[in-house]
Amino acid sequence: MKFLSDKALERLREGAETPDLSGTRYRLLERVARGGMGVVYAAEDEKLQRRVALKVLEVPGADGDLANRLIREARVLAQLEHPGIVPVHDVGALPDGRVFYTMKFVEGQRLDKFIESVPSIPDRLRLFLRICDAVAFAHARHVLHRDLKPANIMVGPFGEVLVMDWGLAKILRGGSKSGAQASDPDATIFEKPVQTRNSKDTTEISVVTGHGTVMGTPGYMSPEQARGDVEHLDARSDIFSLGALLRFLLTADPGPSSAAGTRGLDKSLEAICAKAAAETAEQRYASVPELASDVSRYLDGLPVGARRETLFDKTARFYRRYRFFILLIAAYLLMRVLILFFMHR
Amino acid sequence: MSEEDFQPGADRFPPTRRSVIEAVRSIDAEERERALEALSAAYWKPVYKYIRLRWNRPSEEAQDLTQGFFVEVLERELIEKFDPKKSRLRTYLRVCVDSFVSNEQKARQRQKRGGAIPHVALDFAAAEEELGGTVMDPAAIPSPESLEEFFEKEWVRSLFGLAVEDLRQFCVARERERTFKLFEAYDLESDEKVSYEQLGKEFSISVTDVTNALAWARREFRRIALERLRELCGNEEEFQREARSAFGWEAK
Repeated sequence: MKFLSDKALERLREGAETPDLSGTRYRLLERVARGGMGVVYAAEDEKLQRRVALKVLEVPGADGDLANRLIREARVLAQLEHPGIVPVHDVGALPDGRVFYTMKFVEGQRLDKFIESVPSIPDRLRLFLRICDAVAFAHARHVLHRDLKPANIMVGPFGEVLVMDWGLAKILRGGSKSGAQASDPDATIFEKPVQTRNSKDTTEISVVTGHGTVMGTPGYMSPEQARGDVEHLDARSDIFSLGALLRFLLTADPGPSSAAGTRGLDKSLEAICAKAAAETAEQRYASVPELASDVSRYLDGLPVGARRETLFDKTARFYRRYRFFILLIAAYLLMRVLILFFMHR
Repeated sequence: MSEEDFQPGADRFPPTRRSVIEAVRSIDAEERERALEALSAAYWKPVYKYIRLRWNRPSEEAQDLTQGFFVEVLERELIEKFDPKKSRLRTYLRVCVDSFVSNEQKARQRQKRGGAIPHVALDFAAAEEELGGTVMDPAAIPSPESLEEFFEKEWVRSLFGLAVEDLRQFCVARERERTFKLFEAYDLESDEKVSYEQLGKEFSISVTDVTNALAWARREFRRIALERLRELCGNEEEFQREARSAFGWEAK
């Protein structure tokens, strides 16, 4: 048996990783990302002559758990036609046996990077509302995302927001009757805790509890999801993640949810974050539109449902909302006083 | 789209080899022996090198211990006792090696008694040469973590080495020796990457032919290596994890 040097091992690994696209309509361009389920490459669709993102499993086999999850993710995405959700184009298996799907190639930045160039709180809130739009749409189609976090949100060059990575999505009962439901990952129980992925600042986990499979990202995953209580997950689980996401947007702190992260924030925004990311589902907003409505009300200078205002708060809010007119009137009155003062001297 | 759409080129992928973990429990003696052979072929070198470095044993003693270990695996039915739900086979075997060597006296007695060592040619001279050639110096590997990494790396080297040999035989059987030579020249031998153009000139073929040949060889190598790996894993989950580890997918 031939001795393989360390260099040869590396080359064999590199060669083995490259997906075999022979006989397909795609031409490989470059690797763009690696996730828990597979690798995303930029590829060219030679028939339509356009750039696409090709997500492919690392290991072949269409019958494994990961393959089922990838196929299911593609099918879920196909059900969700919305400007805030990345559209899927194709799904299948490559000649080397690896399951893949292609989707729109999104040229933009991850939210956690993009946010560095958006210092204004109102602009960040408007960005958040666009994320809420996409998630609310998915909920209306009975789909929970279950892994909402900055790394899974892309912002395009024209400010368009796209919610990515629907690999952990759950179809709620009463939802789609398509194949997407047939292989719900909740039915899959791993034998033991598995560390599946790590990104820069968060770690996606996949473990088993007495209730079921736990999949998600600590800090953005609701307590019920972290307990593996998959049977009782509903829209409020994603609302928890949106609350953590909102907190991140307002504080640019990607760490675990904690009240400390919102110190120095406007009390109304703090209250919105706290209500969205409340410990129990009952304490949270009942729906994403309700959460979005509270954020919109804040942007419009109106009272928010998450917090009862004192007289001082009401006055402060009234001042913020009509600051221009108040200052105009104040300037006018000051001018009149000064005129009267000088006329009577 | 039916599930069949996700089963491409079924004819290109031979039926999955049975896991050695299942095969050693077979009532068929031949199947059991084949399984132990496959296991020994993949693990004897990592075990030998590990004993040399971790236990700092001289070459001759490490050879005895390596052979004794595989006899022990057979006699004490260690693979039958392995539970893939609890650990990886690789980790389990490494722990077994530690336990075996630390109980060396018994090991020697067992070795003297002799036993049915699986029919695998153990080329200790080559292993020793490789050990001398590796950059890892025993003095530079003090922590158990480093030794674990070392064992894993040697295991990957052994797995890929077997897969390369399988690929060579596969190419010979299909009269594609030139393809294997191209693969060998580009992926296995050259220190500096030679260009496809250079290879094309050397083998008197076009650059497109070089590209196609290398793509085919890499695809087949990947398939063979994964087949070998699947055989050495207890279940699908372990296979997925070991594949990520062997191909370096989890580290990137």
